[in-house]
Amino acid sequence: MRRIVTATVQNRSGVLNRVTGLLAKRQFNIESISVGRTETEGISKMTIVVDVPDTQKLEQLTKQLNKQIDVLKVSDITDKAIVASELALIRVGSNAQLRSEIQGIIEPFRASVIDISRDSLTVQVTGKHEKIEALIDLLRPYGIKELARTGLTAFLRGHQPQVTEMKNYSILK
Amino acid sequence: MKVEAKPHYERNTDTKPKTGADLLVDALIQQEVKTIFGYPGGAVLPIYDALHRAGDSFHHVLARHEQGSIHAAEGYARVTGKPGVVIATSGPGATNLITGIADAMMDSLPIVVFTGQVARGVIGTDAFQEADVMGITTPITKHNYQVQSLADLPRTVKEAFHIASTGRPGPVVVDIPKDISSEVEENPPSVDFSLPGYQPNLKPNPLQVKKLTDALAHAKRPVILAGAGVIHGKAAEELKTFAESHSLPVVNTLLGLGSFPGSHPLSLGMGGMHGTYTANMALYECDLLINIGARFDDRLTGKLEHFAPQATVAHIDIDPAEIGKNVPTQIPIVSDSKAALEELIRQSKEIPHVEEWLETLKGYQKEYPLWYNNPESKLVPQWLLEKVHDYTGGNAIITTDVGQHQMWAAQYYKLEKPNRWVTSGGLGTMGFGFPAAIGAQIASPDDTVVAVVGDGGFQMTLQELSLLQELDLPVKVLIVNNEALGMVRQWQEKFYEERYSQSLLNTQPDFVKLAESYNLKGMKITSQQDIEEKLPDALKTREPMVIDCRVLREENVYPMIAPGKGLHEMIGVKPCEES
Repeated sequence: MRRIVTATVQNRSGVLNRVTGLLAKRQFNIESISVGRTETEGISKMTIVVDVPDTQKLEQLTKQLNKQIDVLKVSDITDKAIVASELALIRVGSNAQLRSEIQGIIEPFRASVIDISRDSLTVQVTGKHEKIEALIDLLRPYGIKELARTGLTAFLRGHQPQVTEMKNYSILK
Repeated sequence: MKVEAKPHYERNTDTKPKTGADLLVDALIQQEVKTIFGYPGGAVLPIYDALHRAGDSFHHVLARHEQGSIHAAEGYARVTGKPGVVIATSGPGATNLITGIADAMMDSLPIVVFTGQVARGVIGTDAFQEADVMGITTPITKHNYQVQSLADLPRTVKEAFHIASTGRPGPVVVDIPKDISSEVEENPPSVDFSLPGYQPNLKPNPLQVKKLTDALAHAKRPVILAGAGVIHGKAAEELKTFAESHSLPVVNTLLGLGSFPGSHPLSLGMGGMHGTYTANMALYECDLLINIGARFDDRLTGKLEHFAPQATVAHIDIDPAEIGKNVPTQIPIVSDSKAALEELIRQSKEIPHVEEWLETLKGYQKEYPLWYNNPESKLVPQWLLEKVHDYTGGNAIITTDVGQHQMWAAQYYKLEKPNRWVTSGGLGTMGFGFPAAIGAQIASPDDTVVAVVGDGGFQMTLQELSLLQELDLPVKVLIVNNEALGMVRQWQEKFYEERYSQSLLNTQPDFVKLAESYNLKGMKITSQQDIEEKLPDALKTREPMVIDCRVLREENVYPMIAPGKGLHEMIGVKPCEES
């Protein structure tokens, strides 16, 4: 199963190596990992997307991460209310005639053109994994010359629905 | 920085500028380090100069190979419970420590390793004697540091000792670039530290303990599995009280031997691959398994689906990541073993009815005791180990390598007290036992220390015989010499149709002459008569001694659980089954 795990870490040298080394040593498959500073000086946050076979393995993963001295907090936020986003840069072949056509394709995705050359243009898109996949599929016929993607980064929404609010009320009843 | 002044250590009383190496020495004094196991080299020259200036503040033990120093430090740590301190130079000095660091990690031994590193300016340039110590040691340490500036050094040392010796103990490496140890600091830096990501949970959750006492009150076939966590937590007394007050049988893991008296009526001995029939059947048939400080290693559990299949599993461990790692656990208790046992004793008033269960187990013990054939004309290793036990009154500190001799020592040298059993369990390191005995003897000079080693393992670290001579350490090196890598030979006999591929050591040194060349006494023992005549005195003397015991090569360790089999599928539980 695919899980999104965030780890708050002390920004010390080698901390990324510790985390990825640990996951590799214990045979966890990293789908993506993204790291960046947080609002607090000296504290970074990692968002790790992993594929784990079962909940027992998942528990091992979070416990082993927690054991690291430089790791302050580990959360599996997959089942929480979260905002999650990744970014992709896509350079597609185009000429003057095709530009507006491509513009029309990317517009519903709220993507933007951030670079234009004589025979290509570069699109920047952010959002969920599936949305980016969909856009890439649509752009493929124009010839993707270069593609670069970040990993997913995510955190909890400001308001988490309480358990009682999650009951399925139906207006039909 | 305030340092406890020692009369002969004048440098502490003045305010002269100090080098990084001096600050390191001060920090070691503050940690009350008395013994250092080390080996000098280019990148630690400033540190060794500072040690020289520190005079006799430390007892520096110069092992003849870095692997020897770290195994000695492990032996020291195992016997004292205090961190063993190791210093090695950069590059090969550091890489020679790797086996020992990994060994300490697997067996949770508190070790603080200081490695020299090339100067900061040339790190990453493949400089002379440079190795990526941080990269190499990250997966095999509890934590590691490369000191980036002189101001960080004293604090880092303090953190390293704190991390190594608290919670679940483990090795910590501090990599110190040479330019930092020779740099001069005018103002002593602060040593205050905070480790927000490291807060071991020491006290048990009373509600979880209540769950366990409730389960215990109704259990019909409870058993305690006592691991090294009981020894690390200094909880042997509490374990005894708890087991006795509730009539609970106790199985020990290999590393937990000594946490419960081996001759106690409730002791079932060691469990696992070469454990006793009774211990393994108790683990197999129990309905409540109380694991205290053991990590359900595969050599203990056998095939997991046959491990305690009917049991409610309670697991007390200071390391939450061990709980549920291998065996699903219904009652997890994250705690120091002593605190958990105290809470258990306080809460658990109801005594389970276990008379029938204890009868069953007694029946097993009577029907399936440990056994071996002992023809008078031969010298069999099991009998040898029993004699060593008798002649030392069961009070010696025993160290071992890995393999047949280790299992025989575990089976036949019944330990009564904790901290007297020094063996390489998790990593299974050949060459561990002898240097570990040196560390154990330094830690405990008045005790009899017997290094029970194989002829194969001994030859991996025998250069440390120099230390017995130099420090006049009365270590008894007992070579269980079967002219083979015994356990490899046994597996080849059982599972590879007797194809003894590279496991027979037909050419060997004359160990007696070898000892003599180090100005030590050596003796060769080839018969039962020899043992009775020579061994009692050899073990009692206050001199070092190398005892080459020529034992029967064909002897195997039984009972045995073949790989991939369950606890109840032991072979060789009775003499008739052997062939």
